[in-house]
Amino acid sequence: MEEFEIPKPPRTNYLNAEYGLKSWLLTRDHKRIALLYLGAVSFFFFIGSLYAMAIRLELLTPQGDFMQSSTYNKTFTQHGIVMVFFFLIPAIPATLGNFLVPLMIGAKDLAFPRINLLSWYIYMLGGVITIYALLAGGVDTGWTFYVPYSTTFSNSYVIATGVGIFINGFSSILTGLNFIVTIHTMRAPGMTWYRLPLNIWSLYATSLIMILGTPVVAITILLVALERLAHIGIFDPAAGGDPVLFQHLFWFYSHPAVYIMVLPAMGVVSELIANFSRKNIFGYKFVAFSSLAIAVLGFLVWGHHLFVASQSVYAGLIFSFLSFAVAIPSAIKVFNWTATLYKASISYDTPMLYGLGFIGLFTIGGMTGMFLASLGTDVHLSDTYFIVAHFHYIMVGGTLLAYLGGLHYWWPKISGRMYPEGWGRFSALVVFVGFNLTFAPQFVLGYMGMPRRYHTYPVDLVSWQVLHVLSTAGASILGVGLMIPMIYLVWSMRYGRIAGANPWNLPGLEWQTSSPPPTQNFLITPVVTQEAYEFASPEHKEVVGRFERQQPAET
Amino acid sequence: MAEGLATTHEHGAHPALQHHFENMEQQREAGTLGMWVFLVTEIMFFGGMFLAYTLYRYEYPAAFVSASNHLDIKLGAFNTAVLIVSSFTMAMAVYSTQIGRQRATIICLILTMILGATFLGVKAVEYYDKYEDHLIPGRLIPGRQFDPVIAKPGDNDPHKLHLIEGATKENVQLFYWIYFAMTGMHALHMVIGLGIMTVILIMAWRGKFSPEYHAPVEISGLYWHFVDIVWIFLFPLLYLLGRHLEGHGG
Repeated sequence: MEEFEIPKPPRTNYLNAEYGLKSWLLTRDHKRIALLYLGAVSFFFFIGSLYAMAIRLELLTPQGDFMQSSTYNKTFTQHGIVMVFFFLIPAIPATLGNFLVPLMIGAKDLAFPRINLLSWYIYMLGGVITIYALLAGGVDTGWTFYVPYSTTFSNSYVIATGVGIFINGFSSILTGLNFIVTIHTMRAPGMTWYRLPLNIWSLYATSLIMILGTPVVAITILLVALERLAHIGIFDPAAGGDPVLFQHLFWFYSHPAVYIMVLPAMGVVSELIANFSRKNIFGYKFVAFSSLAIAVLGFLVWGHHLFVASQSVYAGLIFSFLSFAVAIPSAIKVFNWTATLYKASISYDTPMLYGLGFIGLFTIGGMTGMFLASLGTDVHLSDTYFIVAHFHYIMVGGTLLAYLGGLHYWWPKISGRMYPEGWGRFSALVVFVGFNLTFAPQFVLGYMGMPRRYHTYPVDLVSWQVLHVLSTAGASILGVGLMIPMIYLVWSMRYGRIAGANPWNLPGLEWQTSSPPPTQNFLITPVVTQEAYEFASPEHKEVVGRFERQQPAET
Repeated sequence: MAEGLATTHEHGAHPALQHHFENMEQQREAGTLGMWVFLVTEIMFFGGMFLAYTLYRYEYPAAFVSASNHLDIKLGAFNTAVLIVSSFTMAMAVYSTQIGRQRATIICLILTMILGATFLGVKAVEYYDKYEDHLIPGRLIPGRQFDPVIAKPGDNDPHKLHLIEGATKENVQLFYWIYFAMTGMHALHMVIGLGIMTVILIMAWRGKFSPEYHAPVEISGLYWHFVDIVWIFLFPLLYLLGRHLEGHGG
């Protein structure tokens, strides 16, 4: 291969190309929109965490001495709504995904930049309406909005919250639409489907769920709001309606929504494992297609939320079987990540610590899901803290850890500067310890019978209180562990070490442009000539043949 | 990456080419695929209501037949014809743009809009009839609750509700709830469609389109046809099914 002049890092990048509030609020640059999302998502995460702290404080003692039951109902409801709809669902796709999809496939932007900006405004509008509902008096239905409580009996701001979530749904539809079209039509020359980084495969599968599931929950919540407004009876048995229809419609979206949260996390972890092992991922195609398999199977398991809700036992059997089936592609991923680590040259940088933490916690979360997919044990465990612990292992142990890992991994690309590695590793360990201390006791509590959504428990059950105290202590540690990155990431934007284009020395396309990237991402459109995760050592260059040039070391 | 292509568009690129696309073909492909993906979400959006319709039709067939028979089949059929013709004029608008006939495009677009407005007008007449007959479900209209007059056997007054055996007033209300949710959502899509057509018409008027650049007309056409197809499903489900079971009414 002939020698090739590397373009000098340009003086202007996407961050300093334009200044002023207007240049941010009217930007069509996917990288800036990703940062807008990062700010908004962090804000909602902070709000949701405050509710979580209030919940853990209340449960420290058996008596309801911090809150009354009605306040507690609103607290856990609002914790769920803010975290699920405004943090977990948009977190990875709308921030990291928005930033990375064009960079990783070698495009200048997403296919529809204006729609991308629109999706942020829709998200903010939904968020503002929801916050209005929370401030006006809150909502106490649980994040699941089960009828007939939400339509007939609840005396809280259900309609306003519903409208907020309805509007917010369109932002994820538009994000998913944008990703699908971009991945189909805007890949750089030579970037074939099987050369796509696994993060892109995961985001593609996520986008499929977003466009197929979100409209259904949108219409469902709209029906709840109209039902509340006009009292017609579509979900009211007294008028011939069927409340279970609501549960079917709701979980048809909301179970796949779990995969909206965890699939992008799996994509990030695939990147982390392969890149920090400096090894091609074991079974690329299996990992890629398991994402699609999860997306497809995820739509066929919603009935396992209705095992104790008058669903026929035959339907229950089938849904139980399908729920077990969705474990197969998930397990394929875990096995392939582990196999990738075998005999690899692993570096334990902060992102990798989060990635490894993800594998362990996701496995625990997934395996306890098997308990809940079994018809018999589910009857015992339904609506207990076992479920709470299970889905927090997936959502916090899975999604949040992968989100933090991805944020650290791509932080040098996003900000152009390195985060402090020592603090990074320290806080990753604190998060891991704090997380396990918070949620592991809840498995035991749930098994012993502690129901979810209760603000008191019997005084004479000392073992329950011990477990609750452990959980609250863990939550405090987790809170500290999450505060540290929030501080040093902001600090590093100004004072961090200059990262250079490729601080991790990796072959991925996003590392082949300067950090932070220029507005048009690549000064020359890249032509892809190698597979993803091609780590050939220089001395094997001739032997391998496909690897044309090692990236020169950064100065 | 050892090789690279120039990123700036070569001189003489089409003025409608956006900066992040390589060429017009890629831009058209992205736009068309985007609309198809959007239509998939629309199918899922209506899908929830089709599920509710299916479930309640299965549970309360008699009430659904009675309520369905009260709908005005002549207006419904007329509206179906109007939409099918509008799909034809829309297709002609796309075709005329492709072959570069600006005048024909504008005429076809105006015809499409007139037909769309006609549909909405007829729909408004139908809604008003339902209002007159106290068939708006629940408390949707304040002070005018769902309270139709039930016809006695032998009474052929078309403004009264003729219940067949096994039908109750509550379940008829459920039908009208689904009727208004589905046709209302469809009408909303028609209104949005008219808005899109207005923009396209202005663009065509200003001569923005040419055989090289006609993607916006094509993509809006996809949307328009989709909204028509939804009605093609709504009409038999809401107006026709079960009509043979009962002679009177509507």
